[in-house]
Amino acid sequence: MSGSEVVIVGGGVTGLSAGWWLARSGVKVTVLDKFIVGWEASGRNGGGASHYSSPLFDEEQRLWPQMDDLLGYPTEHQKERILIAMTERQWEQYRFVAQRHQRLAHPVEVLDVKQVQEAVPLAGDNCFGGVHYKFGGHANPQRSVQAYAWALQDLGGTILQHSPVTGFDTAGGRVTAVKTAETTYGCDAVVVAAGPQIPQLMAQLGIDVPLAAARAEMIITEPAPMMPLGGVDGHKLYGRQTMRGNLAYGGGPHEWVDMDEGGPAARPSTPLARNLARRLAELLPKAAHLNVIRSWAGLIENSPDGRPIIDRLTSPDNVVVASMSSVGFGLSPASGHAIRDLVIDGKCSFADIDILKLSRFAGLGSDWRERRGWMPIA
Amino acid sequence: MELNFTGTDICAINGTRSPAEAFYDVVVVGAGPSGIAAALEAKQAGASVLLVDENPVSGALMGNDVPLYFGGRMTAATQNSERMLEAVFMSMPALELAMEAGVELLLGVTAWGVYRNGPGVQSLPEQVVGLADAKRSWLVGFGRIILATGARDLALSFPGWNQPGVMGAAALQMLLIRYSAFAGHRVLILGSHDLALETALLAIEHGVEVAGLVEVRPTPQGSGELVSKLAAAGIFVRCGTAIALAQAGINGIEAATLTSGEIIACDTICTAVGLIPSIELVDAMHGPLELDGQRGGYVPRGEANVSAVGLCAGLAGSGFDHVQYRMDWVRTLAEVCSPETIICQCEEVTRADLLGVQPPNYLARPPAMCARSLGTLLHDGPANQDQIKRLTRAGMGVCQGRRCRDQVAMLLALEAGQPFGTIPLASHRAPVRPLPMKILADWNEPAEMEAAWDVWFGIPTQWVPVEDVGTPYEDAHRAMLYTGMYE
Ligand SMILES: Cc1cc2nc3c(=O)[nH]c(=O)nc-3n(C[C@H](O)[C@H](O)[C@H](O)COP(=O)(O)OP(=O)(O)OC[C@H]3O[C@@H](n4cnc5c(N)ncnc54)[C@H](O)[C@@H]3O)c2cc1C
Repeated sequence: MSGSEVVIVGGGVTGLSAGWWLARSGVKVTVLDKFIVGWEASGRNGGGASHYSSPLFDEEQRLWPQMDDLLGYPTEHQKERILIAMTERQWEQYRFVAQRHQRLAHPVEVLDVKQVQEAVPLAGDNCFGGVHYKFGGHANPQRSVQAYAWALQDLGGTILQHSPVTGFDTAGGRVTAVKTAETTYGCDAVVVAAGPQIPQLMAQLGIDVPLAAARAEMIITEPAPMMPLGGVDGHKLYGRQTMRGNLAYGGGPHEWVDMDEGGPAARPSTPLARNLARRLAELLPKAAHLNVIRSWAGLIENSPDGRPIIDRLTSPDNVVVASMSSVGFGLSPASGHAIRDLVIDGKCSFADIDILKLSRFAGLGSDWRERRGWMPIA
Repeated sequence: MELNFTGTDICAINGTRSPAEAFYDVVVVGAGPSGIAAALEAKQAGASVLLVDENPVSGALMGNDVPLYFGGRMTAATQNSERMLEAVFMSMPALELAMEAGVELLLGVTAWGVYRNGPGVQSLPEQVVGLADAKRSWLVGFGRIILATGARDLALSFPGWNQPGVMGAAALQMLLIRYSAFAGHRVLILGSHDLALETALLAIEHGVEVAGLVEVRPTPQGSGELVSKLAAAGIFVRCGTAIALAQAGINGIEAATLTSGEIIACDTICTAVGLIPSIELVDAMHGPLELDGQRGGYVPRGEANVSAVGLCAGLAGSGFDHVQYRMDWVRTLAEVCSPETIICQCEEVTRADLLGVQPPNYLARPPAMCARSLGTLLHDGPANQDQIKRLTRAGMGVCQGRRCRDQVAMLLALEAGQPFGTIPLASHRAPVRPLPMKILADWNEPAEMEAAWDVWFGIPTQWVPVEDVGTPYEDAHRAMLYTGMYE
């Protein structure tokens, strides 16, 4: 496919990683984003990269430690995680999870209270124990987005920001061009990686992609003393200590929202910051005096089973659709690889990703969202 | 698992939020003269009114230049919170009037966020303002909110500005008038518009020696009458020059060197080039703003139920373009700054790294990284301060960008060769004041919140390892981790 043109709709981590992988294979790529790269979920997430539930897990784990070198720019990737249980029930659940990892040969170690305190200086003696994942990790979302974008440009790819895609031209069962209000971009293949906007775009091709968008929130503190391992969470929070020392954490109830035509008008955070602060103060009591200095929210889409949709359509047959269903940051090195494979070879070379096919939702009623209560508050 | 099921998502936010602790028809934030006046007016019209003011803020916050640019020049008296509280009360006789009229008054209480339903959020039971004192935070519902949050200092960088003794005019005025807690003795003032002239006169009045004023433009900018008053006191404006270096010793500033070569002994350098309307709360709630150079920069446009009064609504228009004036200062100071001059004090971002869009020092800078800059970023589209903030960390520190947001915006405009205002200002976020985690924390949250709390969406199939799908392990996973998630 060398010399052909692939247009990617969406400059989040998924589209950018796909573009980078394609550019590495000599394909000419153009990424179109409605605003700035990584402005949506890709620049607003927890940075977690430990997706053991995914068929892309092994590739995620293989690639992250190499990403700084492969991209040529820092991502702040750090290895491993520790989950701390703060209630009896969590302790039971986390030990269950640890056992499962042992069964699946993912290296973990169960920690008692003393071991937690040794490994996590900001933890207190108010916990029940912890689980140390000797796999997985986390990275800085904003830096990683920009690293993909720059690496893609270094390989000759083009990124066009402030370029919302409005539609497609099709002919002979293929998409021949991607359109913005001003310009038509001829293409040999298209990747639609537009996050919560995917259903609207795909509807233009007559394809129904069942996704529902929701808002999720995070808080961040001023820098804390550096812990030996930054990937500390648990207590039903996710998050990390950044390499600067800040504690960035999220979790808790989400709000289902409607997606406007042009994308979200705002991504407001709410007083949920207080509930996050409470749990973080419990999780890391020795940091409870630290100032919270910001909060924010991001929008993510979910498929009905919560798993990504990464699929090359049969008609039009040169379109790959990629929704990461709210678990896409960590998987991005691998999702980009899979998308590259689907675009070029029609098949993922490193994993069986049939479970991510769009066709699994065939026959799902059009009212699936209403039926399970994934509706915005009226 | 059957996907087409019917149920409720108990991990959604719906109905789980803490209610507000109180409701007032009108909440006024900021108990300066305009805030008090607004509170009285609302009260007289029959409304229930809450008036809050964050002052006196803690010594620790003042040390971080929050909310004003104190530059470490407050005396130990500011550590005595009772004395400070009394000072606030005494300095504002109108507060007593307001209380007598039935206005509920809370001092030492910060409004750190305003929340209402709108695009992207419909889950708030009512519009609320988040409040906090030294012990806890809580929510208060309101019918109308009036922001009388005043204006804060514009900080400017020059070599040596990041040392104790470089401060802002609003901070100096507050230390002199309200707290009698200014630790300096001899101050050099940057600027010559009315703010600078008035600050100089006030300093003299309070027995502080004024070493002079410095103006980058060729003539004094403010009222001729004030200039003459100062001249009568033997204090002059040095025009067509700027500060080139602030020298400091163990106690901070000791002298300033001007671009003219003159060296002026002083223990304080007061930047009095401009005031920035305090729009944090409006911006953090996505309220509409407009840029008006005559009124001091970005000012709230106002909406139903959210209004701004006093300096927060903009400085009094007098035909003077504050934005152009500040840009002249920034342009001149940019020439005296070296690539190593710190622009963001919290994150220690240098001018070279800001304009080079380089990461902090704890990250490697491979060759490709070094080749990037604001210039290369501009090829991708118009510059965006939030994007540059995320890459360089300028404005990401504990002062929440108070010391550098506005000057970074100006530097970016300058470097990009674009008028100020074409590059969006880095956004403000709640909490708009640094708030300790344990104080922000909701220790009384409803049981519904805990019941809805999952680490992520609570979708029973989302985190089942792919190997386990369709095996009994999948059911075990659901039973252990997602009992009752869908009912
Ligand atoms: C608070 C929060 C925490 C999270 N934590 C984690 C975590 O710890 N680990 C993890 O792996 N994941 C996490 N996620 C999820 C993760 O952020 C997303 O799954 C991931 O970023 C999705 O990337 P994407 O590129 O597929 O989509 P997006 O980031 O949504 O990118 C889509 C892009 O498409 C563009 N676009 C949309 N419509 C158009 C159009 N018509 N034309 C042109 N461009 C368009 C958008 O502007 C956007 O830039 C979190 C998400 C949030 C919000």
